[in-house]
Amino acid sequence: MAEWNQAGKSPEVLFWVGCAGSFDDRSKKITKAFVELLQRANVSFAVLGPEESCSGDPAKRAGNEFLFQMQASTNIKTLNRYSVKKIVTACPHCFNTIKNEYPQLGGTYEVLHHTQFLNHLVEEGRLEIDENTYKGKKITFHDPCYLGRANNEYNAPRSLITKLKAELVEMKSCKEKGLCCGAGGAQMFKDAEKGNKEVNIERTEQALDTNTEVIAAGCPFCNTMLHDGVKNKEKESKVAVMDVAQLLAQTESL
Amino acid sequence: MAVGLFTRNILRIIRNIRLGHAIDRSDRKSDRWKHMARLALGQSKMTVRPIAGLLHIIVYVGFVVINIELLEIILDGFLGTHRVLAPYLGSAYDVLISVFEVFALLVIVAVTLFWLRRNALRISRFWKPEMKGWPKKDADYILYIELVLMFLFLTMNASDFWLQQYSQDASYVQAGRFPVSSWITPLFDGMQVSSVILVERIAWWMHIIGIFAFLNYLYYSKHLHILLAFPNTFYANLNPLGRFSHSETVANEVKLMLDPSADPYATPSPTSEPSTFGAADVTDLHRVQLLNAYSCTECGRCTDECPANQTGKKLSPRKIMMDTRDRLESVGKLLNKGLPIDDNTLLDNYVSREELWACTTCNACVEACPISIDPLSIIMDMRQYLVMEQSSAPTELNAMMTNIENNGAPWPFNQQDRLKWSKE
Repeated sequence: MAEWNQAGKSPEVLFWVGCAGSFDDRSKKITKAFVELLQRANVSFAVLGPEESCSGDPAKRAGNEFLFQMQASTNIKTLNRYSVKKIVTACPHCFNTIKNEYPQLGGTYEVLHHTQFLNHLVEEGRLEIDENTYKGKKITFHDPCYLGRANNEYNAPRSLITKLKAELVEMKSCKEKGLCCGAGGAQMFKDAEKGNKEVNIERTEQALDTNTEVIAAGCPFCNTMLHDGVKNKEKESKVAVMDVAQLLAQTESL
Repeated sequence: MAVGLFTRNILRIIRNIRLGHAIDRSDRKSDRWKHMARLALGQSKMTVRPIAGLLHIIVYVGFVVINIELLEIILDGFLGTHRVLAPYLGSAYDVLISVFEVFALLVIVAVTLFWLRRNALRISRFWKPEMKGWPKKDADYILYIELVLMFLFLTMNASDFWLQQYSQDASYVQAGRFPVSSWITPLFDGMQVSSVILVERIAWWMHIIGIFAFLNYLYYSKHLHILLAFPNTFYANLNPLGRFSHSETVANEVKLMLDPSADPYATPSPTSEPSTFGAADVTDLHRVQLLNAYSCTECGRCTDECPANQTGKKLSPRKIMMDTRDRLESVGKLLNKGLPIDDNTLLDNYVSREELWACTTCNACVEACPISIDPLSIIMDMRQYLVMEQSSAPTELNAMMTNIENNGAPWPFNQQDRLKWSKE
C-alpha cells in the first residue's frame, strides 16, 4: 500500500490478508489462490503488509474490549491515512469486525468477503470460470458463522460453486442453522471445555454424511478445523477441504 | 381483585427490568413494528420447526379467538343474561360460536400432542438438566390448565345448548351452533333441568375463574411470553448479529492513550455507562437483556442449536436466560421486602465460568429464538467482566492476547513478516 501511496495512485481494492492468511501455512495457500484470481481478473489491489495488524476479533470475543479497541484504532489510523475506501478479505472474522465494529470507532469502508468480491468479478465477466474441473462433482459448503448468521451472506459462495457446474449438496444444518466449526469466539486459541465430542468432529460428520467429494469453506479457521476433522476420520484421501478461492484458482491449472 | 394482583405483578416486572441500565432502542421505529408484526404477531420463526410451529399457531390463534367469546361471557355475568350478543349478530353469531368450538377442539388436540412430545416422546430439549423441578412442572401445568379451560368452555356450551332445547326458561336464548359440544349434549339427557343448570353455572364460573387465575399464574411462569413476546421483539437488536456491543467508556480511554495531545487530567465526559466493564450481576445488564429473561418460554430451540451443548458441554443458552430471570427475581424479592441486594451474583452463583468459556459466539442461539432473545450478549458481557475486571481469562487466551499486544497477531509471529507468504 505504501508503494501505491508513494506513486500517488490508489488501487481498486485493499486486500486485508489477516493473521491466518499471513502466517498459517494452510491459510497462506488460500491467500495465494485468491491473489492468483485477482491477478487473473486484472484487479489492481494492494496489501498493508507489515502495517497490517490483528483486526481485534479474537480479543473482543474473548472479552477484552480494551485490546480490541486498541487494535481497531491503530488499524483505522493506517487505513484512513491511505484513504482506503474498499476492502476485501478472505477471513470472515476480519470481514465482520471491520465492516460492523470499526464504524463506531471512525473507520467506515466498503467491506467485502472474498466470495462476494469473486462473485461480482465473475458476474461482471472479469473472471472466467473453468466449468470442467468440478463438473458434476459433489461439493458441500460449510457456512462460516461470521459470514452467514452474522452478516446474512449465504448466497455468494454457493453461487460460485454452482458456477463451477458442481453439484452443491447441503449438510443437515446449513445456512441460518449452519453448525459452527468450533473455532469462533477465540476458541481457536484454547482447549475446549469438557464435553463428549469436539465441535469440529460433529461438523465433519455432518459433512461426510453428504457423501461429498469436497468440503468447501470460506474461512481460514473453519478450513483448519474441518481439515483436522477429516484427518481424524481418516478420510483425507477421499475428501478434500478447500476454500472457495482455491476451488476457483485450481480449475484452470488442473 | 385478579386484575389488581396482575397489575401489581406487572409493575414489579417493570421495576425489576428497570434495575438494568438504560439502552437506546428508540431508532428505526417502522422496522421495529414490522419485526414485531412478523415474529410475535405472525409467528414467522415458529414454523422453522414445522410440527411444533403449526401446533403453536393453533393454540395461539385459539387463545386469541376464544378470548373474544370471553367478552360475552363476562357481559352475561354482569347483566344476568344468556348469549347477550346473539340478537345483535344474527347468523354471524352462529358462525362465530362454531369457529370458537372448532378451535377449542383443535387446541385440545394440539395441547395433547404437546404433552405427548414432552412426556411420551421425551424430546431431548425438554429434558436437559436446567429443566428439572419447577420448569418441568410449569410446562406441564400450562398444558393441563389449557386443557381444563377448553373442556370447561365446551361443557358450558353443551349444557347451555341442552337448556336451550329442554328448559322452559325463555332466558336461554336459542342461539349459536355447536358443532363440537353438541356431541357432549346427549350426556345430559335424563338429568334434571336444575342439575344441568348447575353444571352450566359451574362450567361458566370455573371458566371465568380459571382464566383470571391463569392471568395471575403468568407472573410465576414461563408463560409470560404470551404478553412479553411483543415488547421483546419490538426492542430486539436489529443490527447485524456480528456487531457486538460497543463500549464508549473504553473508546474514551483508548483515545486518551493513542492521542499524545490529549489532556489526561481533563474531566471525563459524563457518560450513562456504568463504571464496571461487562456484567457480574443482573444490575450490570441492560434493560432489554432483562426483558429477554422474562420473555423466555424455555422452549430450548437455542440450546438445541448450540454447538457447545450439542457436543456435551455445560453451556446451555436457555439456562443463561433462566438463570438471569431467577437471579432478577431473587433480587426483586429482596426489594419487595425493602431489603438491600445480597452478595450473590449472576456470575458464579448462577452461571459458571465453564459455561461462559464454552461459547463459540456463533449466534446460533440468537438466530434460533422465535422472539429474538439474545443469550449471547449476556455471555459476552460476563466474559468481558471476567477479563477486564478480574483478569481471569483461561491461560491460553491470555497468551493469545499477549501476542496481539506484542506483535499484532494471535500467534507469536513477527509483524514484519506479514508479507513473507508472497515470497514463498
